[in-house]
Amino acid sequence: MSGIGAAFLNSLDIGLLLFVIAVGLNIVFGVLNVINFAHGALYMLGAYLAYSLINLLGMPFWVALIVAPLVVAAVAVLIDRLVLRFIYQRDVADSLLLTFALLLIINESVRSLWGSGIHVVEPPALLQGTVHVFGASYPTYSLFVIVVGLVLLAGLWFLFNRTRAGKIMRAAALDREMAEALCINTKRVVTGVFAFGAWLAAIGGVVAAPMRAIDPGMGDKIIIESFIVVVIGGLGSFPGALIGALVLGLIHGFGGRYLPGINMLLPFVGMALILLIKPTGIMGKGAGV
Amino acid sequence: MNEPLLSIRSLSKHFGGVAAVDGIDLDVPARETVAIIGPNGAGKTTFYNMVSGRMTPSAGQVLLNGRDITGQPPHRISRLGVSRSFQINNIFTEMTVRENVEVALAAFHHHSRRWFNLASRNRPIQEEAESLLERLSIGELSARRAGVISYGDKRLLEIAVVLATRPKLVLLDEPTAGMTPEETRRVTALVKSLADSGDYTFLITEHDMEVVFSLADRILVMHRGKALVAGTPEEVRRHPEVRKAYLGEDDDDQESLSQEAPQ
Amino acid sequence: MKNAILMAVFVVVLAGLVLLPWFTPYFYIFIATEILIMGLFAASFNLIFGYTGMLSFGHAAFFGIGSYATAMLLLHLQWPLVYCLIASVVFGALLALVIGFLSVRLNEVYFAMLTLAFGMMVFSIAHQWRSVTNGSDGIAGFTVGEFGLGLPLTLGNPAVYYHVVLVIVVLASALLYLIGRSSFGMILQAIRQNAERVSFCGLNVRAYRLAAFTIGGGFAGLAGGLMAPFLRVASPEMLHWSTSAEPVLMSILGGTGYFLGPFVGSAIFILLETWITSITHAWMLVLGIVLALMVMFFRRGVLGTFLDWWQERQR
Repeated sequence: MSGIGAAFLNSLDIGLLLFVIAVGLNIVFGVLNVINFAHGALYMLGAYLAYSLINLLGMPFWVALIVAPLVVAAVAVLIDRLVLRFIYQRDVADSLLLTFALLLIINESVRSLWGSGIHVVEPPALLQGTVHVFGASYPTYSLFVIVVGLVLLAGLWFLFNRTRAGKIMRAAALDREMAEALCINTKRVVTGVFAFGAWLAAIGGVVAAPMRAIDPGMGDKIIIESFIVVVIGGLGSFPGALIGALVLGLIHGFGGRYLPGINMLLPFVGMALILLIKPTGIMGKGAGV
Repeated sequence: MNEPLLSIRSLSKHFGGVAAVDGIDLDVPARETVAIIGPNGAGKTTFYNMVSGRMTPSAGQVLLNGRDITGQPPHRISRLGVSRSFQINNIFTEMTVRENVEVALAAFHHHSRRWFNLASRNRPIQEEAESLLERLSIGELSARRAGVISYGDKRLLEIAVVLATRPKLVLLDEPTAGMTPEETRRVTALVKSLADSGDYTFLITEHDMEVVFSLADRILVMHRGKALVAGTPEEVRRHPEVRKAYLGEDDDDQESLSQEAPQ
Repeated sequence: MKNAILMAVFVVVLAGLVLLPWFTPYFYIFIATEILIMGLFAASFNLIFGYTGMLSFGHAAFFGIGSYATAMLLLHLQWPLVYCLIASVVFGALLALVIGFLSVRLNEVYFAMLTLAFGMMVFSIAHQWRSVTNGSDGIAGFTVGEFGLGLPLTLGNPAVYYHVVLVIVVLASALLYLIGRSSFGMILQAIRQNAERVSFCGLNVRAYRLAAFTIGGGFAGLAGGLMAPFLRVASPEMLHWSTSAEPVLMSILGGTGYFLGPFVGSAIFILLETWITSITHAWMLVLGIVLALMVMFFRRGVLGTFLDWWQERQR
């Protein structure tokens, strides 16, 4: 029983973290029609910045949690202004190629600046140790990840359902023609949305830093996971990102515990199954050709 | 009246709560020309999309020669002898004019499955393409890149591509839209001669009433997804509601525009 | 006139390639072998991207499986090379058929994501299934014996292997070229330009996309099969997405609109790589910057840009 409880909590913390990252990917895709291949690299950049702010500059974790995502968002503004601006009007292939180039550039820059080794960030004192939940001991920090995930989920829900900007974003993600009709694709909105997506990815990176190894491959892992999430949930859908992330969280949480031999393969099997049954994902529509 | 080639039975399409097409019935007799008219947003294009397989109907049936083709994919419906043009030019812009027609001919003759022939040496297909282009009086453009020819010529080219698959039923979606009066006359004369040849059955949507009345054997008037009137051009011309809602005042057109259904 | 000049250039280059081992040091024979193999790999990718218009980020999966097939057949069964290569083609095509079946049904954006994800799945398998694939070390320690078909070739000699690669790559490329110029190839190009019109001409676009993807996978498998004896190893890196990035970059670099574009791209890419890695380790950084600049400003590639400039000058 306690095993199942722990696996469940584990699924929840993986799932909610993935949600934070994948929803950023989804928002950017929805509004800009760009799948940002460099999204995972921005997540990684968040983690590395957190490492430097905490371990090299001696800042508290909480300050890094605020500062690092803002720095990454600023980087995203630069990327949008200097690079992506050239290809928004072009074929989808060009934006895929260009963000892929950004992925190579950011990955290699990180490798040059921080080296190829593994870095570690300690959780803040408040969140160290374990607590007892469902009769099992469980890392306090993982509970914190769940709390952050829930807070962001609530915040995003509020943004998408209660604010004008959010409603437009969500509607635009589902129906681009309408977005164009409302003339929301002004330069400021485009830049803002791209930076917002990067900000979410970087928060994911900072939060992940104390519980995962920080290495130059972490961005690649997370971008693949995010793709699986949006394919399972449905591209461009906000609830889809949540469902997809939780499904993948469960696959990891339970697969890692009960099927360790093939756990790396399970997410792909899940994705293939969804593609066979409902090609556009659980909440998706209209992506066929 | 001939046997119906195409029969539509209470065909409907809903987008969310909006009915873009709402219970349309229509018989298109073989070798006749039927025109669908109506203001923008009346549901004509949605109707076409369902007949040609681009959209799946929410309800109703599409019968071709009595055979149910409802919801079949476009390539199947095309193989059964239905071919269509689009409101916006829909051609292969990087290919030459002749190659555009060759693609359709290769598809029709199943040459598209040949992996090791040289397409540029496929004489029978090239000659067939040339003669089709001649028939549409754009033969001299054969070697030009399709993306750079004039708008009217592009529309003629699309008709050539449509005819290349030797359809029994041809769906033309506003064939003269955006054309100069001279080009409009050319296309109208062309469609008329094709229709008179007795090889084709036409379903046409058109805004230009002159074109409609010179081509159509029967007319269906659509309004907000529903069939307003159906009948001969004379019956339609005389119908009071049509005069009021469509033929007469342009103001009504504007009003309908603002209530355009999503297409 | 222009075609005659291009033809002459082509013949001179081909003759130069044949005679290469007699006038260059060994080092450049290795470089040339790599350029040819990667050129074929990139050309197989370009059938999918440049011709059919599908951007795949998982092409390394087919290259890698071809590489593993040849390496494992050489290691365990000591087959003659030519049969190993045929097996590589078959494995590459079969894997492409399976991944393609799941991926070509959706639009371009999904396709790009799915090919990347499935490519990484194959990478994970090669990495984790140690009992078969030998994990991160890969398959090594095999020896290349005879070529097969009764040809007495000393494949251990780099110059001989280079000539074998040259002949196979030229034959395979000729085949790819013919496929591109056939009626089938014309349909693929039509699909890139306007898939909807093609389906309204009565063709099942999905089936044609899958066919193109499978053929591309088969040729990538062949390239991988040639690579294993050359590197004397088949390793998981060959399946990684950074390997998938190489044919993408080579095609963009050379020009996706030309059959020879990927080969030109392969040559530039590998010569640059050789040169840059001797100065800095940040090769991927340079790669990313070059790719970004090409996409932003020289979308027609080096070959396309050159031919445009030449055409302009002749007027």
